[in-house]
Amino acid sequence: MSNTPTDLRYAKSHEWVRDEGDGTVTVGITEHAQELLGDLVFVDLPEVGAQLEAGGDCAVVESVKAASDVYSPVTGEVTEVNEALDGAPETINEDAFGDGWIFKVKLDDAGELDNLLDADAYNALVAEEDH
Amino acid sequence: MPFIPHTEEDIQEMLTAIGVDSIDALFDEIPDELRCGELDEIPAGMPEMEVSRLMQGRARQDGQPLCFLGAGAYDHHIPAAVWQLTTRGEFYTAYTPYQAEASQGTLQLLYEYQSMMTALTGMDVSNASLYDGASALAEAVLMAVRGNRKSKSGRILVPRTLHPLYRRVTHSIVRNQGIELVEIDYDSESGQVDLSSLEQHAGEDFAALVIPQPNFFGVLENTDRLTDWAHANGMLAIAVVNPLAMSILKPAGEWGESGADICCGEGQPMGAPLASGGPYFGFLCCREKLVRQMPGRIIGKTVDLDGKPGYALTLQAREQHIRRSKATSNICTNQGLMVTAATIHMAIMGGEGLQRVAAACHANTKKLAQTLCDLPQVESPFTGPVFHEQVLRLPLAAKDALRALAAHNVLGGFDLSDDYPELENAILVCATELRSDEEIEQYRSKLERVIAAQVQTPCQLKPDW
Amino acid sequence: MIYEQSRSGRQATAQTNFEMPALPDIPQELLREQPAGLPEVSEMQAVRHYTRLSQKNFSIDTHFYPLGSCTMKYNPRACNSLASLPGFLSRHPLAPDTHSQGFMACMHELQEILKHVTGMHAVSLSPAAGAQGEFAGVAMIRAYHDARGDDARTEILVPDAAHGTNPASAVMCGYKAREIPTGQDGDIDLEALKEVLGPQTAGIMLTNPSTVGVFERRIKEIAGLVHDAGGLLYYDGANLNAILGKVRPGDMGFDVIHMNLHKTFSTPHGGGGPGAGPVGVSQRLEPYLPVPMVDFDGSDYVWLTEKERSDTIGRLSAFAGNAGVLLRAYVYARLLGREGMHRVAEFSSLNANYLLKRLMEAGFDAAYPERRASHEFILTLKKQAKELGVNTMDFAKRMLDYGVHAPTTYFPLLVPECLLVEPTETEAKEDLDDFVEIMKTIKQEAETQPELVKQAPHTMPVRRLDDVRAARELDLAWKGQE
Repeated sequence: MSNTPTDLRYAKSHEWVRDEGDGTVTVGITEHAQELLGDLVFVDLPEVGAQLEAGGDCAVVESVKAASDVYSPVTGEVTEVNEALDGAPETINEDAFGDGWIFKVKLDDAGELDNLLDADAYNALVAEEDH
Repeated sequence: MPFIPHTEEDIQEMLTAIGVDSIDALFDEIPDELRCGELDEIPAGMPEMEVSRLMQGRARQDGQPLCFLGAGAYDHHIPAAVWQLTTRGEFYTAYTPYQAEASQGTLQLLYEYQSMMTALTGMDVSNASLYDGASALAEAVLMAVRGNRKSKSGRILVPRTLHPLYRRVTHSIVRNQGIELVEIDYDSESGQVDLSSLEQHAGEDFAALVIPQPNFFGVLENTDRLTDWAHANGMLAIAVVNPLAMSILKPAGEWGESGADICCGEGQPMGAPLASGGPYFGFLCCREKLVRQMPGRIIGKTVDLDGKPGYALTLQAREQHIRRSKATSNICTNQGLMVTAATIHMAIMGGEGLQRVAAACHANTKKLAQTLCDLPQVESPFTGPVFHEQVLRLPLAAKDALRALAAHNVLGGFDLSDDYPELENAILVCATELRSDEEIEQYRSKLERVIAAQVQTPCQLKPDW
Repeated sequence: MIYEQSRSGRQATAQTNFEMPALPDIPQELLREQPAGLPEVSEMQAVRHYTRLSQKNFSIDTHFYPLGSCTMKYNPRACNSLASLPGFLSRHPLAPDTHSQGFMACMHELQEILKHVTGMHAVSLSPAAGAQGEFAGVAMIRAYHDARGDDARTEILVPDAAHGTNPASAVMCGYKAREIPTGQDGDIDLEALKEVLGPQTAGIMLTNPSTVGVFERRIKEIAGLVHDAGGLLYYDGANLNAILGKVRPGDMGFDVIHMNLHKTFSTPHGGGGPGAGPVGVSQRLEPYLPVPMVDFDGSDYVWLTEKERSDTIGRLSAFAGNAGVLLRAYVYARLLGREGMHRVAEFSSLNANYLLKRLMEAGFDAAYPERRASHEFILTLKKQAKELGVNTMDFAKRMLDYGVHAPTTYFPLLVPECLLVEPTETEAKEDLDDFVEIMKTIKQEAETQPELVKQAPHTMPVRRLDDVRAARELDLAWKGQE
């Protein structure tokens, strides 16, 4: 089992969310998701200012043999995107929970975070998918 | 049995191995009521010798008229080496290079093709080709709608100086996605895009402006000005060019301040025979920033495990076999064999060889137009400079003139009266590098007779077949 | 690289010995400053270079090429030489009918042959490839619903095992593609189909035999269900080779079909095209067929265009599609005749079932062992991947060392570690037996020296390529000597 930080929340579609405590969150894809995809070659980032719906697709991560949508785990406005991924998509492979973050969102409703999984529930989901 | 190698003994051994007693038993999962009969409506098979006789007769039947017709397909010389190499079995009977290690021939050739097309058009990247010029424009339009994030309208500005068949094909392909093509008129004096009609759309939301070079009338557009106008109004500039013309004209990537964004067109002048309209190939090039919006195969250079250079399909995540319903297009194959011919053609001709051919076409067309304009009441309605086609107005209905010329075994040009009735009796003529002075003179003398016969005695519209 | 042989001032002057004419009447600002950066090589250098490149390819003419779903059978040389007769090559696409009767006769007869062999009401030859045929087919379905004012239909159903072109074509026609699952036995899951059918269903796209290589037995029932819901059925002709002359899509209840002539009618694959994807339709879709088409008025062949067919979905390429490919298919159809067409299905099925049986005896697992193979079948190397750490890709690459092009790998997506094998009818029994021996050898190697297989190929012009680098550090065109 890959490491799953306990201070993050998770979506079933394998995104993680970090509550920055100021009404914004940071979003990325999990270690497990990057393992499934393999070496990433491109990240299609959302635009700053875009309004996202929870569950809506908003970014794409591409490997050589697959392309996977990234779904926004929350509703709100994109405040920042990780431009560094443009030239170095492999950052997600190397540090999915850290430097490999994808975008930040100003939350419409902080209560939405309660709909997401905690680390234990996410690990259980991954274990189940493996079967 | 043609093309089936099985002996009776093979068949028996194979059936025994499978454990059935007849070939028919292999179809036992198909419900009986679905099985069809003998297909009597389909003719019986013929040996190669008889099919050869049939096809030779059919090919002869169509004659080989003297061709002054262009309108999107051009009669050029193709070096003998081009198709001798292209039909080598290793090119002709290979498939899409899915197994890169066993397909380096095709892959490297496609990379060379991409390199040559970017050199010719002045663009950053090229794909490995699409079906033809018209469908390439449709894909360019879809690309522009995806790629121009500022535009939300799904509308495209298309000049009437663009080939009418290209406008129709593009409409057929993009209409179901709610994309609208808005036409702009041409200047009746120059034969170029009418700038005042264009100006009426300044500031409106369009994803792109389509810029043909040369345009359908053979006339050269002011591409710098049109490209800059598109960019100033938040539109992408889509160039639709003749690749042979690109050998002498300013390449699309250098138009205006920052160049066209997408460049597409019909590849036929690069080594494909006229052949009833296909197979040809469409080329599609763009700026690097749009490469992920590109449809179709793209080849990249890389290295193998030992660090040795090699070539592979790349950016496949754009394509239907991976991205399925979210792919940039449904296109699967390219026109590989035609691109093989084009690459060899361009390598043999070189940049300067193509320039000579282009200039010879230009000179021949000028000569043809001047010669014909010496005839009474034949005139050239447009003042804009031309590449290798020109519009001429005749003193009789274009249809009648062309029909009479065809009876003399001359394809005299394209009848413009259906698509541009306002031009009245206008035809579009073309004389490529293949047309000799004698052939131009033949055209002149036959047109002279046709005009004399039909203008003087309008009641007897009878060609002399 | 051809560019590496380029020297400034070296030209293939045999082609253009005339001087460069001046261009006094073209304004300077429209001209380019330098000739385009194409290679400058002699004709012989070009000939030698491209001959050598060709030798780095596997092809049907040189290797067994059992690429599933692609029907890599022998491409008769007569089809090429007869389609390349001077009269055909020099015909301008806009030549008048008076100078086109020979060509048009071939096209009209091909339309008729395709119509009868598929059991459809009418055929248009104009789509330039299978994917364009799919687009045309779905566009006709849409035109039909639109003409009836039935515009609430927004979905096209596609099986999860379908070719990626199916959902992509549906989307290009403005539809949403909705996937339906395949059952354990390889047939469509009928219960799941019933659940998703409804007033929003525009149609369903099916391949039969399906992409998992078995015949969809309940096709009539499926056709009934879809038609009852008001939807239409689309037949993807990718696997027509399996049933040519045996079963007709029209008789199965399909409303529209595309054919891949580069598969079933043996026109060359050309390193990835050109193909040809004619479409056939039932009576109700006939008005919408793409133009141009050829008609016979009793004395002459005539073109049918937008003028004569006002309800057409339109034109998909500037002229008449890939005419040269259509001529090759026509020659093939005349060489085979009706009896030859029956044999296509018979011997492609015989070869596939024989090869499958022999491979199963050699210890390989079929994905659908209980089912009869069609003209192709799926092996799953799940066991080998798990036990030996040697996966399908490794097997595929090792086959290249033994002089066999690999079958299709990792398609359809729903069978893990799969190889889709299509031997075609033109391979002899001994070639199939050789393939079995090669598979056995590789299996043995995988057991005793797995690294040999995992590092394969060893004898190709290059070893495995760095696909990740190709995508991350894009190098898509020659930029000059480094």
